[in-house]
Amino acid sequence: MRRILCALAVILAPLAAAAFPVEEEHVFPGTGTGSELWILSTTDTEYFAPLLTAFQARHPSVTIRYTVTGSASVYTAVADEGVACDLAISSAMDLQMKLANDGLALPHASTAQLPDWAQWQDRIFGFAQEPVVLVTSRKALEGLALPRTRRDLIDLLRDHPGRFEGRIGTYDPLQSGAGYLFATQEARQSDSFWRLAEVMGANRPRLYASTKPMLDDLESGSLALAYNVLGSYAATRAAHDPDMALIEFEDFTLTLLRTALIPKGAQNPELAGMFIDFLLSPEGRRLSGQQGGLPPVNEAALVQTPRLRPIRLDPGLLVYLDRIKRRAFLEEWAAAVKQP
Amino acid sequence: MTGWRMARAPLSLRQRLLLQLLGIAAMLAVLLYFTVRTVAGQAAEATQDGILGAATTAIAEQLRAGTEQVEIDLPYDAFSVLGSISEDRVFYRIDVGGETVTGYEDLPPPPEATGKVGPQFYTRPFRDTEVRIAAVTRQVVVAGQALPVLVLVAQTRQGQDAIAERIANRAAGLGLGFFTLALLLSLVAAGSVLSPIDRLAEAVARRGPEDLRAVDASAPRELVPLVGALNGFIARLRAALGRTETFITEAAHHIRTPLATVRTQAEIALRQSDNEATRQTLRGVIRAVEESARSATQLLDHAIVVYRSDRMTSDALEFGALVAGVVASIEPAASLKDVDLRLSPAPQPLPVTGDRALLESAVRNILDNAVKYSPEDSVVRLSLAAEDRRAVLRVEDRGRGLSGLDPASLSGRFRRGGNVADVVGSGLGLTIVTEVAAAHDGRFSLTEREGGGVCAEFSVPLQ
Repeated sequence: MRRILCALAVILAPLAAAAFPVEEEHVFPGTGTGSELWILSTTDTEYFAPLLTAFQARHPSVTIRYTVTGSASVYTAVADEGVACDLAISSAMDLQMKLANDGLALPHASTAQLPDWAQWQDRIFGFAQEPVVLVTSRKALEGLALPRTRRDLIDLLRDHPGRFEGRIGTYDPLQSGAGYLFATQEARQSDSFWRLAEVMGANRPRLYASTKPMLDDLESGSLALAYNVLGSYAATRAAHDPDMALIEFEDFTLTLLRTALIPKGAQNPELAGMFIDFLLSPEGRRLSGQQGGLPPVNEAALVQTPRLRPIRLDPGLLVYLDRIKRRAFLEEWAAAVKQP
Repeated sequence: MTGWRMARAPLSLRQRLLLQLLGIAAMLAVLLYFTVRTVAGQAAEATQDGILGAATTAIAEQLRAGTEQVEIDLPYDAFSVLGSISEDRVFYRIDVGGETVTGYEDLPPPPEATGKVGPQFYTRPFRDTEVRIAAVTRQVVVAGQALPVLVLVAQTRQGQDAIAERIANRAAGLGLGFFTLALLLSLVAAGSVLSPIDRLAEAVARRGPEDLRAVDASAPRELVPLVGALNGFIARLRAALGRTETFITEAAHHIRTPLATVRTQAEIALRQSDNEATRQTLRGVIRAVEESARSATQLLDHAIVVYRSDRMTSDALEFGALVAGVVASIEPAASLKDVDLRLSPAPQPLPVTGDRALLESAVRNILDNAVKYSPEDSVVRLSLAAEDRRAVLRVEDRGRGLSGLDPASLSGRFRRGGNVADVVGSGLGLTIVTEVAAAHDGRFSLTEREGGGVCAEFSVPLQ
């Protein structure tokens, strides 16, 4: 316990060298003068801490630096700034894909067996899968049936104009890499995305760069709906707040992979490889699912639950990163959501 | 230098056949390996090119003429499908009017414009790797002006290399399997091709010494000349042997008959002549004629022995009766010299197997010698016995003996002892005996007797 408290000593001082915005940074000091494993991640520390401490228990001399930032920042840190982190963990699969495709990831011969949609070459490894969900406040929807499909949600918003005015939260795809990925993948899957965007736009939605403040606002009651939230974060909150309801749409629910890759400039690629193997090991999967709240990659769950649609790790992810395609998509999105 | 080569046995037909078949099989297996590898590699490349080309064309077909510029919309599936076969890296570049509007600006453009509608493929190094590029050019009219749009899609070929390696391994296995199969089939084929030769050789080897019939085993066309030649040879041999037999009989007849006439005439003349000188001459003539007749008989005997010992008959004979017959025929000549032939027969019958003519000839020559070298008025003892599963004939005389000569040397052809100048003889007698003994698995020996004379012992196995 003391160890964990010690390990969780928060260093809030931003690093002068890093040009990207650091949300949190924790150092888990190892014994003696072992090497340092620097992980740049989009996953909040509280979800990852059990995995980090378990890994450190196996390799006590290793000091772990865990830096949390946004998914776009993880990409720019590796691609443009050449930050020498050892592991890049992100929920923005498309950006991870672009890093590997552009030759900025090192290969790692992992012993773990992953389904082919959860791994790309020997460079990107999916270690957690989570649905992208709608979170509602039961209080705010009092007297109304919870929507089960996007069509239900569209009807709900149309039938009650004004009731959700300014009370819908979602990602700003301009700021959030994960938000952009969800929006583009949803637009690809179904035309109802654009109708929904228009209906939401009529309610003047509030746009967020990350999940945490969105859920905070939902908890405080200023939001009635949070659309396209990462399931793991929402589930953790909902466990403490009975007012929150998680909805996996029955028409389809995107399922995201959290992926890890070793950037080309890694100082300790072997150590990073060992950490990836630990993440994918039975022990790592157990810790990640039970203690961290990050459900491990599980193909059987996808087969049993047809509504879950995994986002595949393939070159198609590169398409929406094309600057023309991105500009066109964002313009269309802005036109739909930011109505005068 | 060539000594060791000559000492080496030539390769058998089977070895030659196997070596050549296996050589061919090995060549074919290697050829198969390279063919499969090349064809499969090309097929894999064609497949990947097809997908790459389709992706490129799909992008090109989404190009639209906007009011101010070319509208470009990358289809998601065009890229997604590139990952369907392998996990390869994908790059692209779109140029409008010679300027790169999106994608990887440093992706190499095609070497030359082909003016084709279909995609153009080429392989170039790009950044840290090598890529296969598909290029498609389209003209898009914007604001009345035709703008050339170049779409490049590139893909690394790690997946194809992996496929090629897998195919190469399969091809190697296939080649090896093909070779193993060929090895087994070659063994069977060599056995089947060579079986007529084996059959023919066996048919010829199985023949007895007297079998001079033509070989009539059915032979494949290639062996027909050999069988023909063999049959011709056998026919010539048979004719030659026939001629020899006829010649021997004829010669015996033509020599002995005139000699007998000369002798009779000389004896008549001897009786009618009173002139001592003439009588002396006539006695010399008779002696010479006798010598000639004897020599002729022995030469013919010997020739018959040599001829027959190659093609002996196997008759069931009673050795005692055979000896008694010969003794009876010699008796008159012996009584002329007052030599008494005393035959003591064996208590039991002595059945033997052999050639009657040869055995008679041998026994006659032994007795002849015994009588010839015995002094007048002496006894030659003959005894027959069964000893150690052999029929044994012992002939003991009181002649002049061997005078210390090696008995073996007397068996040589035309060899005579040093003490016999005064006795008529050709030196062939013992040669005949020895050869007959050898032909019958028998034994013949001469030993000096105590008190002078020789004991001749002739034996053949009992039946």
